[in-house]
Amino acid sequence: MKTTPSKKKFKVDLINLKSQQGSLIKLLQSAQETYGYIPEPAIYNISELVGISPAEIYGVITFYSQFRLKPLGKYVIKICEGTACHVNGAREILRAIKNELGIGIDETTDDGLFTMLSVACLGCCSLSPVIMINDKTYGKLTPEKIRSILREYK
Amino acid sequence: MNKILVGMGTCGISAGADKVWKYLQAEVREKQLEQEIQLEKTGCIGMCYREPLVEVKLDDGTSKIYGQVDLLKAKEILYDVALDGKDRNQWIVYDYKQKGDVSFFSKQVRIVLRNCGLINPESIDDYIDHQGYQALETVLFDYSPTEVIDTVLDSGLRGRGGGGFPTGRKWMFTYQSPGENKYIICNADEGDPGAFMDRSVLEGDPHSVIEGILICAYAVGADQGYIYVRAEYPQAIQRLKVAINQALERGYLGYNILDSGFTFHLKIKEGAGAFVCGEETALMKSIEGERGMPRVRPPFPAVKGLWGKPTNINNVETYANVPWIILNGPEKFSQYGTERSKGTKVFALAGKINRSGLVEVPMGITIKEIIYEVGGGLKQGKKFKAVQMGGPSGGCIPAQLEDTSIDYDEIIKTGAIMGSGGMVVMDEDSCMVDVAKYFLTFTQAESCGKCTFCRIGTKRMLEILTRITEGEGKLEDIDLLIDLSEKIKSSSLCGLGQTAPNPVLTTLKYFRDEYEAHIVEKRCPAGVCKALITYRIDPDKCIGCTICAKNCPVDAITGEVKQVHKIDNHKCIACGKCYLVCPRDAIIKE
Repeated sequence: MKTTPSKKKFKVDLINLKSQQGSLIKLLQSAQETYGYIPEPAIYNISELVGISPAEIYGVITFYSQFRLKPLGKYVIKICEGTACHVNGAREILRAIKNELGIGIDETTDDGLFTMLSVACLGCCSLSPVIMINDKTYGKLTPEKIRSILREYK
Repeated sequence: MNKILVGMGTCGISAGADKVWKYLQAEVREKQLEQEIQLEKTGCIGMCYREPLVEVKLDDGTSKIYGQVDLLKAKEILYDVALDGKDRNQWIVYDYKQKGDVSFFSKQVRIVLRNCGLINPESIDDYIDHQGYQALETVLFDYSPTEVIDTVLDSGLRGRGGGGFPTGRKWMFTYQSPGENKYIICNADEGDPGAFMDRSVLEGDPHSVIEGILICAYAVGADQGYIYVRAEYPQAIQRLKVAINQALERGYLGYNILDSGFTFHLKIKEGAGAFVCGEETALMKSIEGERGMPRVRPPFPAVKGLWGKPTNINNVETYANVPWIILNGPEKFSQYGTERSKGTKVFALAGKINRSGLVEVPMGITIKEIIYEVGGGLKQGKKFKAVQMGGPSGGCIPAQLEDTSIDYDEIIKTGAIMGSGGMVVMDEDSCMVDVAKYFLTFTQAESCGKCTFCRIGTKRMLEILTRITEGEGKLEDIDLLIDLSEKIKSSSLCGLGQTAPNPVLTTLKYFRDEYEAHIVEKRCPAGVCKALITYRIDPDKCIGCTICAKNCPVDAITGEVKQVHKIDNHKCIACGKCYLVCPRDAIIKE
């Protein structure tokens, strides 16, 4: 979920995909890729072009965990809550992040630097417990390790 | 030319393989070693516990894998081993001449993973050199569609996504369904927490999946297909895109494939994060751009699937088996396995096990063999308690059933399911009530909300489990859990709801005493449930080093230097920090 500066991409996708069957999710993904989240005007834009009501689009947005209606922090921390991470102490990691940044899951720090999300499984079970900060994965974490990792980003 | 291969699966990359890769690449370029060393990326060989892995193939035919490679090791591997032919035997984790962790591979049979970790997944030539697309060619020119289906039927291949429906029969239904346009879907929405088989196959050998899809498309008469991949797998999506483009360029995809007159178009659909989309009817809704909610079957997808057309859905592993079956014949495939479960199964071994990673074993092997021989036993020599199979739809198989063999029907008898291949090993430190609660938290959050019992019943079950783990449980709660479980199972439309109670039912069946300890004695035998643990300091062991007091986040520990310390249990939040840092093991957990 990187924010790309070019706002054009979404506009281009809107035009290219509007007549394609079943393109709603793709358009929402494009909006999110462009803006970092799905801004309200984008919902109306899509609605007009694709002919699906805003309410229905909202229903799709809230159904899938990938979509966000609020902007994300600069660094998105995804904490893995997979089985292997769970039995290997993911909760301690979560607590350490909470203590360090003062935010819980789905919250963003006041300075807009960090957002914490939880994900079901990052698929790196052999490195558990695992977190991802933006596109970088950190494995075999301990509360100490995560604190020093977070301080690098601050 | 001597060859260096760097394992670049997601596991490898997050363990530091990208740094090793960049270093080697820069070094080879700067020192102009291109004439002496061929540097390649490869996928996951399965030894995730030794990542990052680097393999050196010398001209003399030897091939050795080095484990836990950092930049210092990489330098020596490049100059001393690959260029100078010296030894670094202490780092070898596997030698194709049978050294290192031999038992990790000796019980494995690699059909699906035949190329993973051996070829460069971003090179179609590498795949073609390993018999790639030969099966497709054979099928297109020598087989009729029904001959392909018969071959798959004869092999005994069953769906590897969890359900275990015979693949050949599924294909036959779609084949027999009337209609002009038919679709193929490859389900790569690997949502079970603790499972990474499909990701590794897509990252390590994407062409084998594409070839399997093509063979299926030819057999059932489809001209369009989708691979539905979770967005959480960026690396897999990237490799698939590269592979699809290469296949298009070489004429293995698109119009008039290999001049046979057969046309097939393949697209990638990125999932948007919803576990229920692993269910086939929900997945199709999601491809259509809607909320991924399951619907009543029949009609089955083979009759009325995507956009109302006949559709065949299989998962990644199922398709990856197909080219091998065509090339080697169905008899060779069915020689592995048991009476009703043929071939092999890929498992993602994780949890409290020494060698966590990706393994492919013949059906019929026992759980014990996987854990102790392939997986190298439990971490720190702890006692094996249970293995969780099948993710949130599966269950916990206890240690006393470790002789259960890997067979769809045998596993169902235990109350778990084969599932897609997640195998999370638990030791005596894992609380089974907590594990059940964990899975219920997951399914409760992922229930799409369509069926009342799944939506509300799982919520009530979670509340009950939460109060049990907090020491507020009542004995009647156990019966209530069983009652709710049965109702959810019988009144949910799709697999998510029908199987959601399995983790609770299996732990109740095999570990009822743990539930009772939580409820009656207000005690968590494994020492996991925070509300039920207290810490105290053993005055005979405490030396007054003050380390615990310094580390306590809530200042609950007091005491002077060289005096016995004390924990104030009113302040203590049971974080367990003191227990971990005490150099004298003086902290007692009760």
